[in-house]
Amino acid sequence: MEIKKTSLNKLHQDSQAKFVEFAGYEMPIQYSKGIIEEHKFTRLHAGIFDVSHMGQLFIYGNENLTFDLEKIFPLDLKNLQQNCSKYSFLMNEEAGIYDDLIITKMEDGYLIILNAACKEKDFEILSNILSKKYKMELSNDRSLVAIQGPKAAEILNETINGVKNLTFMTGDWFDYNGQKLFITRSGYTGEDGFEVSILNDLAEGFTKSLIKKGAELIGLGARDTLRLEAGLCLYGHELDLNKTPVEANLKWAISKERLSNGGFVGSDKIINQIKEGSKQIRVGIKPKGRLIAREKTKIFNETELPIGEITSGTFGPSINGPIAMGYIDKEFSKINTKILLEVRGKKYPANICKLPFYKKSYVKGVN
Amino acid sequence: MSEVKFSKEHEWITLEGDVATIGITQHATEMLGDIVFAELPEKGSNVEKDGTAGVVESTKAASDVYTPVSGEVVDINQAIVDDPAKINEDPEGTAWFFKLKMKDISELDSLMNKEEYDKFAKESSS
Repeated sequence: MEIKKTSLNKLHQDSQAKFVEFAGYEMPIQYSKGIIEEHKFTRLHAGIFDVSHMGQLFIYGNENLTFDLEKIFPLDLKNLQQNCSKYSFLMNEEAGIYDDLIITKMEDGYLIILNAACKEKDFEILSNILSKKYKMELSNDRSLVAIQGPKAAEILNETINGVKNLTFMTGDWFDYNGQKLFITRSGYTGEDGFEVSILNDLAEGFTKSLIKKGAELIGLGARDTLRLEAGLCLYGHELDLNKTPVEANLKWAISKERLSNGGFVGSDKIINQIKEGSKQIRVGIKPKGRLIAREKTKIFNETELPIGEITSGTFGPSINGPIAMGYIDKEFSKINTKILLEVRGKKYPANICKLPFYKKSYVKGVN
Repeated sequence: MSEVKFSKEHEWITLEGDVATIGITQHATEMLGDIVFAELPEKGSNVEKDGTAGVVESTKAASDVYTPVSGEVVDINQAIVDDPAKINEDPEGTAWFFKLKMKDISELDSLMNKEEYDKFAKESSS
């Protein structure tokens, strides 16, 4: 299959991007400055991320759609206000996770942002349930550009007046060159920021306008170190069909109202796991010294019995040390528990550690 | 000091008497990206030509470091273990990896000179 390119591909090339294939797309892993500098720039200034490979699914409908979506997602969508967003999951009956996603209530329906590698499958699953009653569109004509960091609001507001008034996890339509952009105050870096849904034809010009104002393009490499420092899950690593939201320590994302009655896909398992507890749970892990424990590293307790596995591990540039997340038997999940990590045949000490590694600075609103 | 020689695994090596100094090339660091971890062989251990003799990790991935010749490890550069970013800064100078007392100096003969290596590096990265 031919590799897909986003509408910013030429801009990436012109900016000396190193490319990798990701979910069938040619995406920039880093630019000439490198991952550590890009990471730090995002934390101190404002980074621009091309996330156009992610799915933008529009589903059009009214209260009936809200009712039908509540059978799928563990959210209180009836009480979600227009233009407000929630983090959620598409699950199977066993509460295994097909995808994690952001869903936003719009005037005429919902916008769901899906992971690139999952979007076709998600669309198939959701179409089977919803497409007879509702118009659904997995957009091909829109790009998604994120701007993240402490200077993001100031820079974006110069191009799009009014965005600075959005609060975290809310969105709205804005005018840009006679076209409508949908902008949400959200992101996946642990920083304040925005995600901008924009027509493909306008994406390059829009991105260049942000660069002119001091923001810089940031690759997927730094996106990964940023999200890991922020303790955020990445589908295919922390989340997959063999993990539930309870095991992933994400039960905060499941609406309390929905837990009492269930009635969404996977609800029986979720309610039972919350009551009984799960065998394993996702934790933050800090290896001692400089040792990096990558995905699939085996975790042992102090008497060298296997108790879990790392799902993501890297060097955290803002932490200036190695960090990781993984799943571990619950009795070893307490903060500061000493564990061992097996790397290249030897066992090294590490500690269970509070998440996030890096403290967020979101602009909180009423949501 | 001898002419600098290079291996296909992107190590450089110089010889002084029978002691070789070995590190990774500028080209290797550019491919790896920001290096954040380095592990070196133990002083006093013996390493075999083309065998692994350490590890470097970048923000992206871990890579083995190979030794282009055999010998006994007589010194290691602790400075790059303590601050691996030094490897990106000066890979072919102060950020050497380890020194070996060579057993068989003729092992150097099969390695590339600078011109050959530059050509090899250019071809292998395109």
